[in-house]
Amino acid sequence: MTALSDVSTHAMASARWRISEVAFWVLALACAFLFPSRYLIMTDIVRLGLFALSLDLILGYAGIVSLGHAAFFGVGAYSAGLLALHGIINEPVIALVAAGLVAAVLGFLTSFLVIRGADLTRLMVTLGIALLLEALAERFSDITGGTDGLQGIEMQPILGLFAFDMFGKTGFLYSLIVLFVLFLLARRVVHSPFGLSLRAIRNNPLRAAAIGVPVNRRLIAVYTLAAFYAGIAGALFTQTTALASLDVFAFERSADLMLVLVIGGTGYLYGGLIGAVVFKMLQELFQSITPQYWLFWIGLVLVVIVMVGRARIHRLVLFVPNLIIRQFAGRKAAVAVPESEAS
Amino acid sequence: MASILTNLFDGVAYGMLLFVLACGLAVTLGLMNFVNLAHGAFAMAGGYICAVLVNNSGWPFFAALPLAFVGSAVIGIALERTLYRHLYSRSHLDQVLFSIGLVFMSVAAVDYIMGSSRVFIKLPAALEGQIDLFGVGIGRYRLMIVVICGLLTLALQLILAKTRFGSRLRAAVDDPRAAIGLGINVPQVFAFTFAFGCGLAGLGGALSAEILGLDPYFPLKFMIYFLIVVTVGGSSSITGPFLASLLLGIADVAGKYYVPKVGPFVIYTVMIVILLWRPNGLFGRTAAR
Repeated sequence: MTALSDVSTHAMASARWRISEVAFWVLALACAFLFPSRYLIMTDIVRLGLFALSLDLILGYAGIVSLGHAAFFGVGAYSAGLLALHGIINEPVIALVAAGLVAAVLGFLTSFLVIRGADLTRLMVTLGIALLLEALAERFSDITGGTDGLQGIEMQPILGLFAFDMFGKTGFLYSLIVLFVLFLLARRVVHSPFGLSLRAIRNNPLRAAAIGVPVNRRLIAVYTLAAFYAGIAGALFTQTTALASLDVFAFERSADLMLVLVIGGTGYLYGGLIGAVVFKMLQELFQSITPQYWLFWIGLVLVVIVMVGRARIHRLVLFVPNLIIRQFAGRKAAVAVPESEAS
Repeated sequence: MASILTNLFDGVAYGMLLFVLACGLAVTLGLMNFVNLAHGAFAMAGGYICAVLVNNSGWPFFAALPLAFVGSAVIGIALERTLYRHLYSRSHLDQVLFSIGLVFMSVAAVDYIMGSSRVFIKLPAALEGQIDLFGVGIGRYRLMIVVICGLLTLALQLILAKTRFGSRLRAAVDDPRAAIGLGINVPQVFAFTFAFGCGLAGLGGALSAEILGLDPYFPLKFMIYFLIVVTVGGSSSITGPFLASLLLGIADVAGKYYVPKVGPFVIYTVMIVILLWRPNGLFGRTAAR
């Protein structure tokens, strides 16, 4: 067997759908019927999961540390809000794609700034772009509504058929479907040769360039794609809450997002989704214990995760499920720790 | 004309303040290559220590300033010995996450202990008002800041360039392995430098309460300013961050005064452009690692 066919069989094998994955999505859908009173928070989780998926594409797969991913979320949110407010595109799904495309254009333009320089420069540039957009949104308050945010957004029914109801059931199912479709796309992308080349770049850009991977072009492409995802997440935020305010650009949003991804684990697509569930539950827990000071506990979780070591925590958490799977299925564990953590 | 000079002076004072706040970060981030986003938390600690001493215990302002320095330095060295030193060799992502976590904890903790509203430090009467110098109005408080920060800068430059400790630090930064081989206790040098940087931040925090405002969100609000000073100034010397802080201070004050609506916009744009033009900072020599 040649090395090339070996690589492709390996890639094909890892791209195959597993039972646990199917179970995950069935469970997600079942939530819609199991907890009919918790639609709002579940929508929140789905949105956050999509946003984290977006960050995972650039952080987990391409190794770009971004502190300003909220920039694209915010652009998506404001685009969707403005489109709906001025009645430019009334149909939510088309507006969603349009908002995603606006974010993607911004992502494409800023990617040239981001691929230059080392980690520190990237951190600063991404953070600077998010702050810049926040300042812009505040400055052009006649368009964005300034600190009051966009008000009076009325969403039309999805595809002209399903109206948003006040309990948020439509919103939840809509978000879940959007997440699922985009997840399928992301899954296809990361298991493609393109996705494999991204991982090569993350592990060693110099070596990747030496074997003929066009490093910069790949990074630009994945950054644009991630911006598209983040824009869609932002648009979902506006569409399901009928709200867009300056805090969509806030630094805390980007920082929380990193925590979500770190809880779930970087470098595999379910990391963001699982992280979103755990993060929201933690947040709810802390907010019910100390409504005002939950930020402290979130910070403590971050510090503890880093001090103990991210890989070690994931191994601990996955120890029991993997043991069970090994016992019963008699094969390698389905949910594995990503082979190498992003640096 | 006079208002231009007054603004210029305010900008210089603001810039010098930023330098004292950020120069500790220039060492940890620029020289030791540790991304410490929590630097502002140490500044905030100094500010609150000073505020408590002056407002609640009735200490004179000038006696509380050194205590702000010492308090922050002690907190800094405690954290360095227990937490930070394990992270020097870790990835930047880990360092970012860890320090963001620290910022969140400090914000909530200060909010819990001191309340969320802005804190003012009672100033001695001698520091209030303006003096008139050749027709230019100069705030007494700002004049004091310029004097203190100017002296500190000189002292820092002398320590780095002339003393044995300064040469040890430079050696440890240039090549830690060779420095250890020469018998320099590198971890100790780093710990001491870290504590000193935190102390300076604390002093800066105490001085800045009047100008920048002191509330629990201080570390988040000014994080970007500290980072700008270090990344734009570069890390090869102390002059780079100093000039960058002056530039930033003057630009920020002028921006807020003359074009209040686009002020922050200008600063972020300039920062991004400078970083793209020279990724190692305006005055940097060493490659960004």
